Amino acid sequence: MRDKAAVTMSDASPPWRAWLTTDTPQSRLQARLGRAWTGWRTFRRNRMAMAGLLIVLALVVVAALAPLLAPHHPYEQDLANRLLAPGPGHWLGTDSFGRDILSRLLYGARLTLMIVALVAVTAPVVGLLIGTVAGYLGGWTDAALMRVTDIFLAFPKLILALAFVAALGPGIENAVIAIAITSWPPYARIARAETLTVRHADFISAARLQGASSLRIILGHIMPLCVASLVVRVTLDMAGVILTAAGLGFLGLGAQPPLPEWGAMIAAGRQNVLEQWWVAAMPGFAIFIVSLGFNLLGDGLRDVLDPKGD
Amino acid sequence: MSDQPLLEVSNLRVAFPTRQGVAEAVRGVSFTLGREKLGIVGESGSGKSMTGRSILRLVPPPGIVTADRLAFRGEDLRDASEKRLRAIRGSGIAMVMQDPKFSLNPVMTVGRQIAEAYRVHSKASAREAKRRALEMLEAVRIRDPERVYDRYPHEVSGGMGQRIMIAMMLIPNPDLLIADEPTSALDVTVQMQILAILDDLCGQRGMGMIFVSHDLNLVASFCDRILIMYAGRVVESCPASELRDARHPYTRGLLDSLPRLDDPRRDLPVLTRDPAWLTDDAPPEKAR
Amino acid sequence: MIRVEDLRVAFGQDANRVTAVDGVSLSVREGECFGLVGESGSGKSTVLRAVSGLNHDWTGRVSVAGANQSPRRAKGFFKTCQMVFQDPYGSLHPRHSVDRILAEPVAIHGLDDADGRIDRALREVGLGPSFRFRYPHQLSGGQRQRVAIARALILEPRVLLLDEPTSALDVSVQAEILNLLRRLRAAHGLTMVLVSHNLAVVANLCDRLAVMNRGRLVEELTVDALRHGDARQPYTQQLLRASQGYDRATAESFRDFA
Repeated sequence: MRDKAAVTMSDASPPWRAWLTTDTPQSRLQARLGRAWTGWRTFRRNRMAMAGLLIVLALVVVAALAPLLAPHHPYEQDLANRLLAPGPGHWLGTDSFGRDILSRLLYGARLTLMIVALVAVTAPVVGLLIGTVAGYLGGWTDAALMRVTDIFLAFPKLILALAFVAALGPGIENAVIAIAITSWPPYARIARAETLTVRHADFISAARLQGASSLRIILGHIMPLCVASLVVRVTLDMAGVILTAAGLGFLGLGAQPPLPEWGAMIAAGRQNVLEQWWVAAMPGFAIFIVSLGFNLLGDGLRDVLDPKGD
Repeated sequence: MSDQPLLEVSNLRVAFPTRQGVAEAVRGVSFTLGREKLGIVGESGSGKSMTGRSILRLVPPPGIVTADRLAFRGEDLRDASEKRLRAIRGSGIAMVMQDPKFSLNPVMTVGRQIAEAYRVHSKASAREAKRRALEMLEAVRIRDPERVYDRYPHEVSGGMGQRIMIAMMLIPNPDLLIADEPTSALDVTVQMQILAILDDLCGQRGMGMIFVSHDLNLVASFCDRILIMYAGRVVESCPASELRDARHPYTRGLLDSLPRLDDPRRDLPVLTRDPAWLTDDAPPEKAR
Repeated sequence: MIRVEDLRVAFGQDANRVTAVDGVSLSVREGECFGLVGESGSGKSTVLRAVSGLNHDWTGRVSVAGANQSPRRAKGFFKTCQMVFQDPYGSLHPRHSVDRILAEPVAIHGLDDADGRIDRALREVGLGPSFRFRYPHQLSGGQRQRVAIARALILEPRVLLLDEPTSALDVSVQAEILNLLRRLRAAHGLTMVLVSHNLAVVANLCDRLAVMNRGRLVEELTVDALRHGDARQPYTQQLLRASQGYDRATAESFRDFA
């Protein structure tokens, strides 16, 4: 349908762009980079997704540079200046111990990032493994693994996290483990659904005809096809993870004082929420903005990575 | 019977704007159709399906259809309102597509779909529509119309599904039938039977038919006239009986590269594409 | 080279049990190209899949290269016998480059000189080294099928099974692929089994063929006999007539052969 005689190409493309978009890549690296470049260009066209990406990048930068950016020490108490309204000196005000809220927010970004990163690295990996194995092998393996998944899915996230933290004791590491344990079942379901779709495809049959073992097929052929849906789902779930961690912090079961975890900060500001609204509202805004950022990023990634568009 | 051709198409163009510029799927196709069977043959990407769809203004957005003339029974279709087009689609021009699995509604019985097709274009009662639907099922040689009436699309075979499609499309008595690869998904013997049904029904009703296909031999044996399309243009136009004497190198190349039962020669000459075919005009159609 | 005796394949359980292949026996000599022709539901693809080792659920005897095969094949079998599938868009992994697709069989069987083998395989099917790092969506249908053929041949098998390899391709591309298959067969002395519904394609590539209908073998004949219309069974004659193109009188005469 594309008639080359009628199509007009844009001129003036720099040589590296031609190298990336060439139809005849000369090496694996060139081919991979070329694909990444095309994906990036599609992503870039989505303004909301770019906004989400910027927010997430800002989170990372802030977390990394917190010591440089924060005007005060996050734990430094100044009881003479308790509950100051936002103004010069303390741009977001102070809390009930006189600690600067802005500095605590900036340091708290590190905790948020750590929670998000740990959960993102553990839960999807476990879910991917279980889902693909169940989907590909079928039979009683599938039935057994899916029943285990159903059991974990039956518990409401917060309740299970509560139970876990209650058993292990409060603390941010245990909160992260609790969240991760409750997050993997949906990923297993997604991975299994994708596996079932491709299990009977000709390219899988071709791999079997070469003598590939089930392990090789699952790792090399099936998992790459599940990754796209999983990445999108993980990004969208990050907002929920942050909120769950904040909830645990709010309940006093996650980060312990004086850690500047955003949920714990909201809890601490609970008593003064009517007169000194900024103590609870500022960390609330931070959670809102970061969750929004992850949601927008996830939507944008879905457009780029959607396998149906390939 | 008036001398006016059933369908007149002149300089039909279908363009799709893309990021890299405008891609034209159909580039200046012209033909007239009387009450005869016209075959449009081409490989994938030739624009043959787009041509068929653009007559019914069924080109998916962002496609843009333009033509110097696009007239059905003398009426200009280019600027017709959506309401007028809806009236024409079905009772004037009908379309049968390749796979009945995708063109039949999976949650309605086939009989009801045929009856609905009748009621859309006439003010008949439900009972009258059912009677006509059963008549139509008999006309397409379905042996047990009462039983098939209550079947769902997934319960019928490919060949029967296609007969049902034909019944549904022909029940409002259209003047023109556009068939887009109607038999490509079917076995060879079933193909022949479906074509026989089309042949009979269109002949009895004096309909015109446009038969779009990639199968050159099939079209040559079934249709009266043939148009060969390549890269959005018509490169050859001839009566079906004279296909063997085709003059354009693309047609000759296609004919030569087909394996044939009666030809013991093994190595098939490979079609080499001449870039000149993208821009040359077709040799003028020989007088009938 | 290939011998099939009383092959039976059925799908489904109890009331839904469908017999796809009902006692089929055939044999293919070494270096021969054998065609298996039939309409949809005839069981021709099922026979091929049972021979290839894809299908584990069959009874009867299948022997390839003189060795009797059990339903589950040893890895070494796949070095002897490979298959090319019908749909060029489905038989290549959408996320793997051509290089990865061709390197995989080499890695599975632990063969040396992967780079050299890949290069040679690509050249043999008429694709140059510039195709080596492309992804399937950057290839046309004919090019994808060539890659599939290269993948099948990179292990240097003696038997090549082909399941409707050109049905999904344009006419002009089909001619190229048929010529390519002919050349490869001559160059490597391959034994080929070609499944198709198209008699002309089978006549072009094969020496002998068998006609199947509803899971049974109807007739075996040579391509020469086919060309002269010397079919003994009425079903075969009906198939022959149907492939001549549309003829109103002929269409009337078609029967359902159960």
